[in-house]
Amino acid sequence: MTESYFHSVRLRASACIGCVTCVKYCPTEAIRVRNGKAIILPARCIDCGECIRRCPQHAKYAVMDSLNEIKKYAYNIILPPPSLYAQFPPEVAIENIWQGLYDLGFDEIYDVSASSEYIAAEIEKYVKNYQEGPRPLISSACPAVLRLIQVKFPELIRQIIPILSPADAAAIYIKEEVKRSGKFKPEEVGVWFVAPCPAKGSNIRQAVDVKSTQLTGAISVSRIYGELCRVIKFDAIPPHLEKAVRTGSSYGMGWGFAGGEVRAAGIEKALVVHGVEAAYEVLEQISMNKLPDVDYVECSMCYGGCLGGPLTAANKFVAEKNLKQRVRQMRMKEDKSRQETLAQSMNCDNFPASERRVKQLVPRPMMQLDEDIAAAMKKFEKMEEVLSSLPGLDCGACGAPTCQCLAEDIVQGKAHDTDCIFKLRASVKQLAQGMLDLAEEIPISVGRAVTSAKEVKK
Amino acid sequence: MNETNKMKLTYDVVSGDFDRAGEASSAIKRLLQRLGIPADIIRRIAIGTYEAEMNVIIHAGGGVVMAEISPESTIIVVTDKGPGIPDIEQAKQEGWSTAPDYIRQMGFGAGMGLPNMIKCSDRIDIASEVNEGTKITMEFKHADKV
Repeated sequence: MTESYFHSVRLRASACIGCVTCVKYCPTEAIRVRNGKAIILPARCIDCGECIRRCPQHAKYAVMDSLNEIKKYAYNIILPPPSLYAQFPPEVAIENIWQGLYDLGFDEIYDVSASSEYIAAEIEKYVKNYQEGPRPLISSACPAVLRLIQVKFPELIRQIIPILSPADAAAIYIKEEVKRSGKFKPEEVGVWFVAPCPAKGSNIRQAVDVKSTQLTGAISVSRIYGELCRVIKFDAIPPHLEKAVRTGSSYGMGWGFAGGEVRAAGIEKALVVHGVEAAYEVLEQISMNKLPDVDYVECSMCYGGCLGGPLTAANKFVAEKNLKQRVRQMRMKEDKSRQETLAQSMNCDNFPASERRVKQLVPRPMMQLDEDIAAAMKKFEKMEEVLSSLPGLDCGACGAPTCQCLAEDIVQGKAHDTDCIFKLRASVKQLAQGMLDLAEEIPISVGRAVTSAKEVKK
Repeated sequence: MNETNKMKLTYDVVSGDFDRAGEASSAIKRLLQRLGIPADIIRRIAIGTYEAEMNVIIHAGGGVVMAEISPESTIIVVTDKGPGIPDIEQAKQEGWSTAPDYIRQMGFGAGMGLPNMIKCSDRIDIASEVNEGTKITMEFKHADKV
């Protein structure tokens, strides 16, 4: 296991007090406290950002791109997703937000809601034609879910729908378009995604699902939101934009909240699953073949879908209200069926197909105790033995999330049983008792001789 | 571990307990992941075991799931003291089920239990006596099916 993984999620060690909060909430048991700091184990981390959300000290953060990066490129295209618009109440006209993005230095805007509709159409078709093979199919849209499947559910890799994520599809499309125009060389063009989560950022540096990503980088929703608030003129009437923005219908825009993907793709026998625990539970059920009657599972790691991402600014419930209102307003103007609305909205013929552009995920099994099965069996038995000697309180004081994890670390030589404070206390007690016993052993020259003398008198 | 390099684990299956249904198969799945058995094979073992476990929960008054694991293979033995299967050949057919309506309401009893176990395992042996109980033995090789 010499592979190295790029992770956006990092620790600001100076802020960490070693409180084990992140350790307890990490869905892949990827964090241990060592020397008072919460270190991340690269082979296990899936960049979901749950630790960023949970850390009371804000010691966990995500390495994302800054706006300064765009100065390196002659032509910059920004891809805003619905989760960005969800940060603003619907009273803020979308044109004002777009003008703000132009004011921040971007040359072109391509809305991810537009590409989402082509992706939704691909999903609809694929699900309809899917005959052979295990069910249900699983959405490929959430990069944290893809990583969770790699490390914890590798048996489900074949069930991930082989379709691009909307942001990747948008980047491929827009980059090809610029290339065709001949105005800029590909290396002069920066394509930036506005990401609600660190997993999207990691997936640009180290894509697990797309052969060659055309995204240059990712700027977090919260960062862009802050910059936008500075430049947007909130009281102005919507500006006339010098350069039009290609955007989607209410269906593309709705992709930002949980259930939006299934709504756009029009799949009836679908589950909408969101949040760490729910995602985990449903993936477990799929792997036991408990859901063969479900066609499709839209699954995201964040509660509420993308708008609940750890790198967003607005409270997710407020963001959901904002986006639903915006979508409802758009829908009222559409006045057509889903199919008609989408057909009208999807007016470009050369949108890239996912085929040949996606790649199958590579398993990253983290559970394996040893390369050799027989050795792993020995380690497993040892682990069970160690586990039975631990208190089972999962207190986290040893720096591991559970007693089970400590047992595993001990068997792997990465921890000692006295790292458990209960075991340590027992050892100290034993030691103290030993010392007490020793202290009561009176040397023959001082006291023990007296008893012997009495005995002699008798 | 005994001298022949084998692990034996047993799990009790409680009758009619749908809340805990699948616990034994989940535990076996996690153990096999620890051992580094290929994911596709783990999946077949988990599904086969789950089907057998569900049969015990639905039809029999509880039972035992036993897993015998060696580096080369996993053998799952599921025993119960339930009503038994009068006609095994019939039970092997897809869609044949004796599950009561309320079980079907819950999404079980589609008559795919034994067919799935047969499909998933490399070898299966079904021994059953009416009013005595049933013993299902499934073998799964850890190397890929050729």
